[in-house]
Amino acid sequence: MTLTAEVPETYADVVRDAQTLRRFLHGLPGVDQVGAQARAAALATRSIKKGAKQWALELAIRCVDLTTLEGADTTGKVRALCAKARHPDPDDPATPAVAAVCVYPDLVAPAVEALAGSPVVVASVATAFPSGRASLATKLADVAEAVQAGASEVDMVIDRGAFLSGRYGQVYDEIVAVKRACGPAHLKVILETGELSTLDNVRRASWLALLAGGDFIKTSTGKVSPAATPPVALVMLQAVRDFALSTGERRGVKLAGGIRAAKEAVRYLVMVKETAGEEWLDPALFRLGASSLLNDLLLQRQKERTGAYSGPDYVTLD
Amino acid sequence: MTTVEPGGRVDVRKTYKLYIGGAFPRSESGRSYPVTAADGSFLANAAQGSRKDARDAVVAARKAFPGWSGATAYNRGQVLYRVAEMLEGRRAQFVAEVAAAEGTGAAESIVDATIDRWVWYAGWADKITAVFGSANPVAGPYFDFSLPEPTGVVAVLAPRSSSLLGLVSVLAPVLAGGSTAVVVAAEHQPLPAITLAEVLATSDLPGGVVNLLTGRVAEIAPWLAAHRDVNALDLTGADDDLATELERAAADNVKRVFRGPRGGTEPDWRADPGTRRLAAFLETKTVWHPLGI
Amino acid sequence: MPTWEYAPAPEARETARLRESYGMFIDGEFVDGDGERMKTVNPADEAVLAEVPVAGPSDVDRAVAAARRAYEQVWAPLPGRERAKYLFRIARAIQERGRELAVLESLDNGKPIKESRDVDVPLAAAHFFYYAGWADKLRHAGLGPDPRPIGVAGQVIPWNFPLLMAAWKLAPALATGNTCVLKPAETTPLTALVLAEICQQAELPPGVVNVLPGAGETGAALVAHPGVDKVAFTGSTEVGKQIQRNLAGTGRRLSLELGGKAANIIFDDAALDQAVEGIVNGIFFNQGHVCCAGSRLLVQESIADTVLDLLRDRLGTLRLGDPLDKNTDIGAINSAAQLARIRELTAAGEAEGAHRWSPPCQLPDRGFWFPPTVFTGVSQAHRIAREEIFGPVLSVLTFRTPAEAVEKANNTPYGLSAGVWTEKGSRILWMAQRLRAGVVWANTFNRFDPASPFGGYKESGFGREGGRHGLAPYLADEAEEAGA
Repeated sequence: MTLTAEVPETYADVVRDAQTLRRFLHGLPGVDQVGAQARAAALATRSIKKGAKQWALELAIRCVDLTTLEGADTTGKVRALCAKARHPDPDDPATPAVAAVCVYPDLVAPAVEALAGSPVVVASVATAFPSGRASLATKLADVAEAVQAGASEVDMVIDRGAFLSGRYGQVYDEIVAVKRACGPAHLKVILETGELSTLDNVRRASWLALLAGGDFIKTSTGKVSPAATPPVALVMLQAVRDFALSTGERRGVKLAGGIRAAKEAVRYLVMVKETAGEEWLDPALFRLGASSLLNDLLLQRQKERTGAYSGPDYVTLD
Repeated sequence: MTTVEPGGRVDVRKTYKLYIGGAFPRSESGRSYPVTAADGSFLANAAQGSRKDARDAVVAARKAFPGWSGATAYNRGQVLYRVAEMLEGRRAQFVAEVAAAEGTGAAESIVDATIDRWVWYAGWADKITAVFGSANPVAGPYFDFSLPEPTGVVAVLAPRSSSLLGLVSVLAPVLAGGSTAVVVAAEHQPLPAITLAEVLATSDLPGGVVNLLTGRVAEIAPWLAAHRDVNALDLTGADDDLATELERAAADNVKRVFRGPRGGTEPDWRADPGTRRLAAFLETKTVWHPLGI
Repeated sequence: MPTWEYAPAPEARETARLRESYGMFIDGEFVDGDGERMKTVNPADEAVLAEVPVAGPSDVDRAVAAARRAYEQVWAPLPGRERAKYLFRIARAIQERGRELAVLESLDNGKPIKESRDVDVPLAAAHFFYYAGWADKLRHAGLGPDPRPIGVAGQVIPWNFPLLMAAWKLAPALATGNTCVLKPAETTPLTALVLAEICQQAELPPGVVNVLPGAGETGAALVAHPGVDKVAFTGSTEVGKQIQRNLAGTGRRLSLELGGKAANIIFDDAALDQAVEGIVNGIFFNQGHVCCAGSRLLVQESIADTVLDLLRDRLGTLRLGDPLDKNTDIGAINSAAQLARIRELTAAGEAEGAHRWSPPCQLPDRGFWFPPTVFTGVSQAHRIAREEIFGPVLSVLTFRTPAEAVEKANNTPYGLSAGVWTEKGSRILWMAQRLRAGVVWANTFNRFDPASPFGGYKESGFGREGGRHGLAPYLADEAEEAGA
């Protein structure tokens, strides 16, 4: 490993070389998959109603990173998304804005323009998203473009090939380099948990990303299935909890991919509260990367307000 | 066949199709053949399945296998019990079809026996491991256990002249053990089988777990016997010459072959089935693991 | 103050279809009897739920006679496949009336609705479904070529899983061809009586199942009754021994499922977060009112502090309160008597020098409540390490090596269950081989299934419930009868 990063003192010697880092990651406690699934399922039985549900729906909306990452994206599409991000429900101006809009680097500029004057920030994917298969130089150039165009958040992907072949030092170095290239922008590290496959790997990759300076660890690109799942989210929340306990630093978790229903979002908020703690119930430490989820959140919010089930004509399709 | 009385009502006749992947398609060959009742009168046209239908059925059965074999035994038992609930609900319909097909006054007791036979197998699903598995006392510091597992896709030739009870007696053990099935119905009495397929389709049984073909057994069976993605073969409905030919073809990918009695005699389907058919479609997996600190 | 309060999420009490009074179930009918009546109380608020009759000696006589007649004339002669269909009907009806039974169970027992809904009721249905399937397959069970029933079974069950214990007793007994007289616990008679109603709706022949509410006297009369061929008892070790003494020399068959003081063993290489879940599940599920509860935590000394930190953190998310609230994790203690016992033993724990800790917990004013409690610095000689508390109280001890863990785990007259947490497969199997317990849970805890035999070693009882082995206690042993 060639680069140094601002690692919390507790772990300074863990990252001094690739072998030590590997021993640390392999020494983390294992995760029993069945037990993790059972805990996640038990948390899903929490019944969140009335005021508690309304609070959760509001928070969930505020935690959404409204996303469009398609080959067919255009300036027009991005502008429409940004309008939605600022005012998600045209019939109810009291609806909070989302946290961020997430786009490809070459569409950051129109997003920044469309969101000027609003609290919604622009996040950009980078580092040869979604595959991450490119040279480090290409990936860093990708990051630089996004930041120069005005992105205040960068969602990078780790090199899963390197991770799965045990080259943790290389993965670490890349994250550190990307973090440096981000400048003032905050960095989310996408683990692509679907490709990592095991919960043990999710734990290791989470710790690796946190040690390397990621502000957020993120489940998925949304281009691979499975993406965010309850047991994966549980393990990642436990990682940020344990990291905070041992260093005093709170890092965030972003769940992305496959979350379509408001009910799921509320379940994840329960999981955040009962795993990491209430401090994480805030867009500064928790995000939901989604596109269609926002509309379901709005529909549920409407139902809570009016008492009647709503329908697709009452949310906008952008 | 009904005749319409003056001022009476014309009934809507059922079209008998195949059952593949949870759906009811016609044969891709477009062919059908007439089915007559025991008294020789015309009953209906049944689809005459082709080798391509058989091919599609195997694909469907294979696709359904991970889900069916991966379900808990309790779940399989409950689904099979649900089939029995549906059978009971349609009892009168089956009695009429069996009477028409087999021309027998025993249709009521046949249908009763059929439902009870199905319930018997539903109750087997979560007993198989305890009865066919074991922990083995090897002479060393190892934990050693053997578990039965379903073999996979089973092609079944339904009995020639027991259109419902015999059919159920050869199909249910395949399902109870966790395998999926491609069944070739009795050539001359296929209609109860298709009605059974309707029951299966409304019983929470996932599509593809059972696939049913009607048609000329001698035409369809060799394609199944030689099919390399079929794991086992039940030759009950084949006469001796055909059965031998099929057994030979099955050797090509070492299928597990289950034969009925020789000499063309039909088994007594009312008798206690025992566990032979259950065991025939189970593999045994033995696992070793050291014991040590 | 939390940022996000979960609003109350109560299950509707009306779902239980609670009646003011229930009858006892004898020979297919609900009857009041002419003896005294008793009230059953909701332990969450001490309010009276309903009134039930106390079965007296003449009621026991009638019930046993009805069971005998039904056995000889109807049930034993019935082919297994017909018996099976009755049991399948009962299983399906329990599923259909699942919500009603769950709410009633939580009202009568005090356990959280989440548990009665997700564990008790589904498992009860599953037991009937599983044993229904054995009724016509007994000769394949590996228990002889022609297994025969014993006769009339007298069955006494405890208050901790009222409906589930009734299912564990009735299902195998009926499947094998026996008839039953069941005595539910004094404080929890209601779901057993609704189960009797389900039997009635299923048109189970009269006398095959009889349910006699009552207290200790009713139970004693039942198990001593000369017309009972087979006694099955789940309850305290003390009473179990009494029954075993009283039946000595009578030739009557007996199975016992008694108390426990299970060791939940955590090694330093355990999957820690899941192990902590296992600890919590092990002792706080059902308020610790579980015979197989993991009431002794044996944690490897090298990670004891880490585990306890994680555990204390986790206990902070447990919610204690109204059993009918869907978000409640810890419900009420079943009775004043049980609460007194828990208090006595925890006081002893403190007096003997162990250190006591509970997460901050708001206990309701009325009802019987005890907060989840952890004692550290416990040693084998402490009362709280040896006696069954039967409440949400965990005693924590440490060990250094696998051999020491086994030694401490086995160092008890009990032997019902044990838990082992380690990622190393060979160690799981090595430990399982050496633990003197009827059930060993590895990397899990408190898992039950009708296909899986459950029961104890040593003073935790004998006989198994569940699985193929669960048939044996209800089948006649001709060889034994012939003295071979």
